[in-house]
Amino acid sequence: MAGDAVFRQEFPVKGGDFAKAGAVACRIKDLLKELGLDAPIVRRAAIASYEAEMNVIMYAWEGRVKLAVSPGEVRITVDDKGPGIPDVDLAMTEGYSTATPEMRELGFGAGMGLPNIRKNADAFRIESWAGRGTHLEITIHTNGHQL
Amino acid sequence: MITLKDIMTGINGELLTPGSPLGLECPAVFASDLMSDVLTSAEPGSFLLTGLANPHVISTCSVADMAAVVFVQGKRPGPEVVEQARAKGLPLIITKLPMFEACSRISALFGGRIHGR
Repeated sequence: MAGDAVFRQEFPVKGGDFAKAGAVACRIKDLLKELGLDAPIVRRAAIASYEAEMNVIMYAWEGRVKLAVSPGEVRITVDDKGPGIPDVDLAMTEGYSTATPEMRELGFGAGMGLPNIRKNADAFRIESWAGRGTHLEITIHTNGHQL
Repeated sequence: MITLKDIMTGINGELLTPGSPLGLECPAVFASDLMSDVLTSAEPGSFLLTGLANPHVISTCSVADMAAVVFVQGKRPGPEVVEQARAKGLPLIITKLPMFEACSRISALFGGRIHGR
């Protein structure tokens, strides 16, 4: 897929920048709509992006979201610099959360972010290194939609 | 068919986004203060009832394809939130009713046959 993407864009995300939360996901949604992808595909990609973007804002220092669209799939890659996730299996458990009360007051941090990314993805890969950061790869098939 | 206008009337609501299509159909309702739950469980096209009135509600609704937002318990969003919704074409309603009463009245509008969560 890496070489045959027909559309690519990259977005920076700043840790702690709650004021801009959702900006990247909304931009990705608009771009995918403009590319003519089906609404359910666009929605899944937007939700997965939003959850990933919020995780960078809530937990990391900075990150980059990369969008690559090919005729067969949408791939969203997120790399952050941050504390990393000490126990990825635990973090993938629905309801497990290390969110602060402030995050919860905003309506987030219910421990559903990573499980919801996996739910909306056809393929999902996560790697994390304590003290360094986290890498996510989210792939959503476009059901043969031709761009 | 129950519309945005029917909902507004049924809960003594005030439309915060003048010009929104009052004939917009409400096919389902999702009630929550947790945006995580909206992202996880809401059906696209639903009306969201919430007691949360921050900008993240609008971003969440945009991402999750929610069709309108009802702020319950008199939780009035700030002008920047209203402007954000207006820019995205998302109708906003505010009601003084608490969450349960608002849900109950909307359910009654549908004769109890609405799909809500």
